[in-house]
Amino acid sequence: MEHRPLISIEGLARRFGDSSQPAVFENIWFGVDKGEFCCLIGHSGCGKTTILNVLAGLDSPSEGAVIVDNREIDGPSLDRAVIFQGHALLPWLTVMGNIAFAVSSRWPKWDRTRVQDHARRFIELVGLKGAEDKRPAQLSGGMKQRVGIARALSIQPKMLLMDEPFSALDALTRGMLQDEVLRICADTQQTVFMITHDVDEAILLADRIVLMTNGPGARIAEIVVNTMPKNERHRNDLHKHPQYYAIRNHLVEFLVNRSKNFDAEIAGMNYDPRRIKLVKPGLAAVNPPAEVVPFRHSS
Amino acid sequence: MKASLGLRAGLLSLLIFVAIVGIWQIATLPTAATGPAMDPEYAKLVGAAAATGTKSSMPTPADIGATIWKHLADPFYIRGSNDKGIGIQLAYSLGRVLLGFGLAALVAIPLGFLIGMSPLVYRALDPFIQILKPVSPLAWMPLALYTIKDSAISSIFVIFICSVWPMLINTAFGVGSVRREWLNVARTLEVGPFRTAFKVILPAAAPTIMTGMRISVGIAWLVIVAAEMLVGGTGIGYFVWNEWNNLSIANIVTAILLIGLVGLLLDQGLAWLAKLVTYPE
Repeated sequence: MEHRPLISIEGLARRFGDSSQPAVFENIWFGVDKGEFCCLIGHSGCGKTTILNVLAGLDSPSEGAVIVDNREIDGPSLDRAVIFQGHALLPWLTVMGNIAFAVSSRWPKWDRTRVQDHARRFIELVGLKGAEDKRPAQLSGGMKQRVGIARALSIQPKMLLMDEPFSALDALTRGMLQDEVLRICADTQQTVFMITHDVDEAILLADRIVLMTNGPGARIAEIVVNTMPKNERHRNDLHKHPQYYAIRNHLVEFLVNRSKNFDAEIAGMNYDPRRIKLVKPGLAAVNPPAEVVPFRHSS
Repeated sequence: MKASLGLRAGLLSLLIFVAIVGIWQIATLPTAATGPAMDPEYAKLVGAAAATGTKSSMPTPADIGATIWKHLADPFYIRGSNDKGIGIQLAYSLGRVLLGFGLAALVAIPLGFLIGMSPLVYRALDPFIQILKPVSPLAWMPLALYTIKDSAISSIFVIFICSVWPMLINTAFGVGSVRREWLNVARTLEVGPFRTAFKVILPAAAPTIMTGMRISVGIAWLVIVAAEMLVGGTGIGYFVWNEWNNLSIANIVTAILLIGLVGLLLDQGLAWLAKLVTYPE
């Protein structure tokens, strides 16, 4: 039997209105492996958020299906936690209340102390110890998003779905939170699917970056494998990594030019939406001509 | 240094009060008897001094003060069916308002929930609500008297019917406009419909529902006076009408002030409750 990833997106299409309307995206096929951090990049309007909502079970596709753990999803599930773009905390509850709400939804039989102990662990994990009794209105944007992350992690889902989770934050806070997400996901071996339009964020966090063309009729152009090892990715000296610019230039080139001319690019070529090309632009940068290689490993 | 805004506003209020009382006092000063000859029947009715014009039948501020003091000193006496203390009359009215309002809340809030959550129910009930809402609650009175055959319950029904609309509409609006993302949070956490209703929708809509309740209780307090004037027997509305028949302006003014005061307390009570369920975003 063929290897099937944890999340398998098979022939997805979504059109708004009746079937005569052009699809926002169609014929989308890709998978996310267990333990993998997968980013989806594309311009606004290509249907990124719709794909995430379908994965979350909040929206249903016009065609195709999403298979998770060999079962087609037909609605939201506690196995797939969502971190919303606008944090979506319940403003009448405290930090503890928001997370306890999620925990007691996951384990309805737990008593109050057990729920709170469990919630407290995740509040500490995201560095919000001491803010348990604060309401969302008393928190900064970054702290709110931390609560959102803690809430998603606290139900110990099989995968995390993040919809541009850091886009509403200032650059400094965003950087700090990216580091924490990287750390937490590495520690917990979490499977993550994240939407972003920030190229650097994708390079920092993702193992694979799925590139989506412009809508309507958006499709997956290719999948960039992030060949920079996880332990070599640090936000502050990312730009010093030998592979960084090769990957970054490839992504920027795609977003600036290729995303809108992709149909012309594949004209006459055998583009198969089910077998998306994997590219590794980072390796080209560190695999110089053969004669140089011995020098690098001589010491 | 400038005094605080509150202090200055208080001083201005006092000044306005003194001015009103002053003008009132001047307007009700006794005048020399120069008026034309009076119909003796009328003279008998309003008293000789007023009829001859030496004293206005409008009481002076001092008269009112004395009347208020008299009522407040002994608010709960009962001396026959037409002579009860003003406290008793207010208590009758308050009881009717709270009963009618409470029943209305029991009907309007669950029904409003249903309307807010179901576009089908909303569309189906909308014509009824739109037509019945603008009807003066007193127009229901004959129908209520005919079917219920009890004037006390009829007045409670009138309170019920006038309090129901603002609560119904506000609840439906509050429930219908709960933010999509909060509902999505509940959906992704696989929260059941009842838990979603009580833990997400109700707290989210609570401030709007409370606003509806506050409007309702205000209207109910307005309507009870008119309703009691119609049905008679007891209550502050009946008291006002009775004192009009007695031509006791001082008692009427006292009742007006007390009606205002109780209305204020009702409004403030609900405002305080609303504050408890309001959340900053």
